[in-house]
Amino acid sequence: MNFIAWTTSLSVAIIGLSILFIFMRLVKGPTIEDRIVALDLLAANAIAFIAVYSIQNDTTTFLDVGVILALLAFLGTVAFAFYLERRTKK
Amino acid sequence: MKDVVTGIFLLAGSLFILLSAIGVLRMPDLFTRMSATTKASTLGIGLVLIGTAIHWMDLGIASRAIAIILFLFLTAPVAAHIIGRAAYFDRVPLWEKTHIDELKGRYDEKSHTLTAPKSPVPSRKKAFKKSATEAPERGGI
Repeated sequence: MNFIAWTTSLSVAIIGLSILFIFMRLVKGPTIEDRIVALDLLAANAIAFIAVYSIQNDTTTFLDVGVILALLAFLGTVAFAFYLERRTKK
Repeated sequence: MKDVVTGIFLLAGSLFILLSAIGVLRMPDLFTRMSATTKASTLGIGLVLIGTAIHWMDLGIASRAIAIILFLFLTAPVAAHIIGRAAYFDRVPLWEKTHIDELKGRYDEKSHTLTAPKSPVPSRKKAFKKSATEAPERGGI
């Protein structure tokens, strides 16, 4: 097992652990804003996961998915926040 | 040599991502949680993508990685600001040890625009002293 395989395996483990932590916050999150923040962070972690996966499995196809995911995460966050703020506006 | 640099970037990036995840799980209220997630996770993903770009040594991959990094660096503060604003109007409770809420009384309730406070705002020092002794209260949005 060479160095790069070892580091990618470790990175996948660490990113998986952080996805678990964020998911705990997503389930627990007392307010809806906590859940939105957790969802945003989950999408960001998915991008990092895709980048590590592309090195590990020697495919570059999924990096395009990362670009789209970054766009969609931002749009989703802005849409959630927009409607949330409109709800509080009288 | 290239592999070592890639590995260091990947490990550093994933450690920063883990740091942001621990922050989002352990921080006491929404605003501190957001401060953990926005900065640490952006840096972590940036490092991981730089590692990917170094590993492939290819113009197409590098440009995709740079596009993602630029987009994240542009959108993360905007998204955090928008959620923070919505959360403040939604009266998400602050941490009970928060000393001062500088926006208190400065927002117009109806139009959500900044206005001058009706009563003179107490100076920073006074507000700090006051709220250090008694529990801070929210309201006046």
